[in-house]
Amino acid sequence: MSETRTQLPKSNTGIRGLDDITCGGLPKGRTTLVCGNAGCGKTLMGVEFLVRGATEFNEPGVFMAFEETADDLIKNVDSLGFSLKALVDQKKLSIDHVHIEHSGIVEAGEFNLEGLFIRLACAIDAIGAKRVVLDTIETLFGGLPNPVILRAELRRLFLWLKQKDVTAIVTGESGIDTLTRYGIEEYVSDCVIVLDHRINGQLSTRRMRIAKYRGSFHGTNEYPFLIDEKGISILPISSLSLNHEALDERISSGIPKLDSMFGGQGYYRGSSILISGTAGCGKSSIAAHFADATCRRGERCLTFLFEESPSQLMRNMRSIGLDLEQWVSPGLLQLRAARPTLYGLEMHLAIMIKAIQEFQPHVVIMDPISSFWSHDENFEIKAMITRLVDYLKYAGITALLLNLSSDGEFMEHTDTGISSIIDTWLILRNIELNGERNRGLYIIKSRGMSHSNQIREFMITDSGIDLNDSMNTNG
Amino acid sequence: MSDKKSRDSFDDFEQHLVASTEDKYSLRLYVAGMSTMSMRAIDNIKRICEEEMKGRYDLEVIDLYQRPSLVADEQIIAVPTLIKKLPHPLRHIIGDLSNKERVLVGLDLRKKI
Repeated sequence: MSETRTQLPKSNTGIRGLDDITCGGLPKGRTTLVCGNAGCGKTLMGVEFLVRGATEFNEPGVFMAFEETADDLIKNVDSLGFSLKALVDQKKLSIDHVHIEHSGIVEAGEFNLEGLFIRLACAIDAIGAKRVVLDTIETLFGGLPNPVILRAELRRLFLWLKQKDVTAIVTGESGIDTLTRYGIEEYVSDCVIVLDHRINGQLSTRRMRIAKYRGSFHGTNEYPFLIDEKGISILPISSLSLNHEALDERISSGIPKLDSMFGGQGYYRGSSILISGTAGCGKSSIAAHFADATCRRGERCLTFLFEESPSQLMRNMRSIGLDLEQWVSPGLLQLRAARPTLYGLEMHLAIMIKAIQEFQPHVVIMDPISSFWSHDENFEIKAMITRLVDYLKYAGITALLLNLSSDGEFMEHTDTGISSIIDTWLILRNIELNGERNRGLYIIKSRGMSHSNQIREFMITDSGIDLNDSMNTNG
Repeated sequence: MSDKKSRDSFDDFEQHLVASTEDKYSLRLYVAGMSTMSMRAIDNIKRICEEEMKGRYDLEVIDLYQRPSLVADEQIIAVPTLIKKLPHPLRHIIGDLSNKERVLVGLDLRKKI
């Protein structure tokens, strides 16, 4: 057993996901550099750090704004659900706009930035602040001549902040070759976070990564994140350690004859199930049965729809005798629809995981995942689905994924990308036999259990899905 | 008609030029404590004032440690900072004022090179 190394004390940010990735938050009493391109969210991260500090951790904060005026800042974050004015009135937050005259200042000798220090000290002492944000450091550089003095003073500033025992965030703009335009990351030795906001094929994606975190374990990947009315959400979905517990319990698919194909018991709880089939063959109906059975058990089901609207789905299912609507108002069934073209893959993943974290379902259905195929490189999609499936497995949530395949094409090829990571794979296809075209269902694999190898004829009736005991093969 | 107009404005301009060399200068020097840099700045500005604006300036030296609220009011970041309040326009000059030429440029007593 290795001995536990002491890590730097940390300050919880309260920003969803960030405390997980950093294993506890930002270095307490030290300065973290948050850098990124324009519009990446660094100002918001600073604001949220202070707002959560004030409201959740009883740590007042000072926001020193070099770019925006206090009024602009308050207005800008108001649309994000942060009411800064209230916090300012309660003396939990102080916003100081420092105006730097870019054109008018004449340098006539040696100087230092003691004025800034005095101002900061005043602001910190006035409310007993424990958190400080300086946004952005480039504005300081841009406004004052003499980068040599500025660098020395920055170094002094970070030491000064440490002495003042405040946890600080300093924001900076990305440089071309360096992390920040003026290379100030050299002076911030404790923690550097990089935010990125990219447009790929007309879709915007936000990512963050920890470039440096001295004296601490941390996630090193790039993580997608969202900005919505609750602030920033970072999705730490990389526990690909494959050490989730295997659950023994079996749950019904909602179709008794299908359960019988699985040795009479149905799916494993917490497993992942893939159903592939051609258009209109009944995949959504099988999923709807599963949702219905789940809710009937009193458990929650979250369905992500990528091609139909919730009301359309519910109407269609009514025609086969399934009333899904009854589960919506008791809060057992939640249907969320989004066109795949609406966001980038990362955003989709982030949004889905956020919805899962909020609703805490026992079952998640994705109808269909093939909507993403045209979207991006197949490799990326596989990565995304893998992360999602892994996340769900780790959380013990049963996942049902539907995949559309085109008729005639050997069904299994588009699926091989993901079939290896899922536990149970069912195929629905049109089977031509003796001049008849029937729908057949068969199980290709189901890990950990014995299953039928028969192709069963599959019918959609107005009282639900039915399976014949076996496919008619009369000669 | 337009001739008279342009001559009038030229006269105004001349008058203004003459007036500026007789302007009264209102200066404030903001320092942080009595460090050597602060003392240098004070010595330098006193000397410059005597040499260039004798009899028509008033200079106030303010220690920001004594009056910290002025940092926000005057938007001072660098110290020492010399602010020319009058004549207009307002000017900020930062540093220990050891570079006399730059000080004069900042005070609009020299053309900017």
